[in-house]
Amino acid sequence: MAADPTHRAIEATFRIERARLIATLARMTRDVDRAEELAQDALMLALAEWPKAGVPANPGAWLTAAAKRRAIDGFRRSAMQERKHAEIAREADGERDMSIEDFEARLDDDLGDELLGLIFAACHPVLSPEARAALTLRLVGGLTVEEIARAFLSNEAAIAARITRAKKAIAKAGVAFEVPRGRALAPRLASVLEVVYLIFNEGYAATSGSDLVRPPLCAEAQRLGRILAGLMPDEPEVLGLLALMEIQASRLAARAGADGAFVPLTEQNRGRWDQLLIRRGLKALEEADRLGGADGPYALQAALAACHARARRAEDTDWQKIAALYDRLAQVMPSPVVAVGRAVAHSMAFGPEAGLALVDAIAGKAELKHYAPLPAARGDFLLRAGHKAEAKAAFEAAAALTANERERDFLLGRATACR
Amino acid sequence: MRVMVFVKATEDSEQGMTPSPELDQMFLDMGKFNEELVNAGVMVAGDGLKPSSFGKRVAFDGASRTVIDGPFAETRELVAGYWLWDVKDMDEAVAWVKRCPNPMFGPSEIEIRPLYEMEDLAEVIPAEAAAIHDGIGEKLAKG
Repeated sequence: MAADPTHRAIEATFRIERARLIATLARMTRDVDRAEELAQDALMLALAEWPKAGVPANPGAWLTAAAKRRAIDGFRRSAMQERKHAEIAREADGERDMSIEDFEARLDDDLGDELLGLIFAACHPVLSPEARAALTLRLVGGLTVEEIARAFLSNEAAIAARITRAKKAIAKAGVAFEVPRGRALAPRLASVLEVVYLIFNEGYAATSGSDLVRPPLCAEAQRLGRILAGLMPDEPEVLGLLALMEIQASRLAARAGADGAFVPLTEQNRGRWDQLLIRRGLKALEEADRLGGADGPYALQAALAACHARARRAEDTDWQKIAALYDRLAQVMPSPVVAVGRAVAHSMAFGPEAGLALVDAIAGKAELKHYAPLPAARGDFLLRAGHKAEAKAAFEAAAALTANERERDFLLGRATACR
Repeated sequence: MRVMVFVKATEDSEQGMTPSPELDQMFLDMGKFNEELVNAGVMVAGDGLKPSSFGKRVAFDGASRTVIDGPFAETRELVAGYWLWDVKDMDEAVAWVKRCPNPMFGPSEIEIRPLYEMEDLAEVIPAEAAAIHDGIGEKLAKG
């Protein structure tokens, strides 16, 4: 199995080709399960033949051809059976033979971008964002069900069921494995980007559990973002999202201290920020701007992240620019996260009272009732304004609301320090 | 995981580049390979290096620092180019290198070296050094 170096080499080659292979097969058969089966058959053939004949010059083409042959055989068999039934019913006509030709034609019909087509299908809005994330990680990222379950702190059975349901929902909705065109593209692309960022955030700001960050999920999302940017180089929001993820990921090493405790942005050791990722992020952001996408929600968030990335020391941060970017973001993409971030930015640019005024204006909203960052920010403003007792209560309220143990420790520490 | 992929120098590459149809073809093939790397989300960075005759070395011995001008001997140990890739494991890195067009005109070698990641360093760096890395040392001194 995995111990045999030849097999491992073949499996590694297969993993590189797998997503594209499944994409081609899914477009052909319009059946994700069948596509996965056929891909697996092709791997089995490769494991049997490559050790003898050597790895072919173009392994991707070899695997695709092998899987297509299996697909055609399978299709012929079922078509023949159908024809027999049809003959019995005396309904035989030329149409069935046509459909075999159609089927074979579809195999050779290279629409290009098959991998993109698979990504768009896996991220179709008929699915919940969580289902999209699981299916994308399985089909495009090639993660096993076990790996996905571990990443989302779920159990294998639940994830397997989620993926099965998602595949059924796609089949039922008749989702095409193609990149949508024209006006259909924008909302579908938004649905794709949402999933990629959800995967990234699940790794970056683990919402529950004892780990503050789960870097493998971040890496997976960055990989997806880079694939999208490679295949859709003219979409500014793709580049905006890539920029955002690269810059945020540049801080992964600085975000958790040696003991795993959360280190806030302003206290991070900036020497540990990955300058290569920052440069990549700034370049992608520049490209998004050049394409006229500066006001896209992801590009705006990337621009915010870039403000921090450009500051060598925390005190060099251009908070006024950040406050202005948040003002724009609050219009383009209003959300509790943005509202709280905006309040923090204004408190840094114009003083804690400015921040307090903004959080107090939104504090009554129902969707913010259980949102820990709101009282956490409020506690910070109150402390800086000299209201220690109120600040302590706010930090405690925030600690009671968060599900992340590391974050809770951090907030309780701040509450204790309010003396 | 991240890996640094080194294209090793040859006598040819140490001579620098002269335009030729073979060189054109290699740039074309290498361009296609790089595009594949980008589209697979693997490529993080990469560049080609000028021959070692453009390079310098600084030798350390005790307090002395001696500058040595290139070119350097042991050609096969020199680096002619590099990539930084983000891959799942070494097997994937090897599979990618195998499909790279030969970067040189004759026999050549590409070396793959994994980077130290956070979790590797956590095991080997002494606590005091880690504290400095995390800026905790400074905070402790202040507190």
